[in-house]
Amino acid sequence: MPHLNLPEALPGIRGLMAFRPETAKPLNELVETLLWSRNSLTPGERELIATYVSSQNDCYYCQNIHGAIAAQHLGGDEALVQTVKRDFESAQVSDKLKSLLNIAGRVQQGGKQVKPEDIDRARACGATDIEIHDTVLIAAAFCMFNRYVDGLATWAPEDADFYRGRGAIVASNGYVTVNKDLGRKAEVATV
Amino acid sequence: MLELAEVLLRGPSSLTSGEREMIATFVSTRNDCYFCQTSHRAAAAHHLQGNYELVDAVRWDYQNAAVSPRLKALLTIAGKVQQGGKNVSAEDVAAARDAGATDLELHDTVLIAAAFCMYNRYVDGLATWTPTEPDLYHQMGARMAHQGYSRDREQ
Repeated sequence: MPHLNLPEALPGIRGLMAFRPETAKPLNELVETLLWSRNSLTPGERELIATYVSSQNDCYYCQNIHGAIAAQHLGGDEALVQTVKRDFESAQVSDKLKSLLNIAGRVQQGGKQVKPEDIDRARACGATDIEIHDTVLIAAAFCMFNRYVDGLATWAPEDADFYRGRGAIVASNGYVTVNKDLGRKAEVATV
Repeated sequence: MLELAEVLLRGPSSLTSGEREMIATFVSTRNDCYFCQTSHRAAAAHHLQGNYELVDAVRWDYQNAAVSPRLKALLTIAGKVQQGGKNVSAEDVAAARDAGATDLELHDTVLIAAAFCMYNRYVDGLATWTPTEPDLYHQMGARMAHQGYSRDREQ
């Protein structure tokens, strides 16, 4: 049962965005930049990082929606997404992505858990500074999104087809476009 | 990122910017992020006529600090969010409502706490350079409090 009186029929973060459009706008822009816009890491790779962190944070809605988006980017490979969540070191992904998932897992525990050897491992696998930066920020951002969604006890559908359908829409169109009716520029008061 | 901070900490709200910056420095203290807790401590103090003592009381012992029961109830929620979203119970929310918190204030408290769990991890996860001169933070706090976070602010 959500802690707030949210618009019905909007699951997870979408109900929160409808409730507070001023914060929805920067949140949608952030996630679009991080996960969907042009990057040397593919959208599939970045969504896997988001999904992994969300599963480590045990956030049902986030891991399922981002898992579905990831699968869309990866030719429908839902089994790969499950393996990455469960045991990424054994998954059929590049060594570089494994090294970045390792960093993401440290960030999920806490920023100071990222050690020089974790960075060295990623660099040795060919990760660039931007890819390392973006991995840390994606992991950090999902530590925010997961807390937001669960902290206000939003509701999450349990139907896998819901996530598949929504995942296809987001994978094709990004976040800002699909949520544009939920965001609004804040009237910033001068202090 | 900056727009989010601007909306959350300085945008229109029934929570004062001082209260919101206190939530931010409280969460950053619990996350042991030096840069964030110190800069937002200074920002909070600048919103409170330089009252660093009150800000520190909130950071270290908020239940006994000279702040409203409503803010204390919201800080309890922020502390739970810092641990994890699911730690926020219906009882915590009820206690905050009993103390007068609105839905918007509950929402913003959770999102501020969640956002600082992001900012703290970002800053420490990349081992950013952290100055230690108190005066630098005092000046930073003044800018954050009075000019804000948006890119359009005057330099």
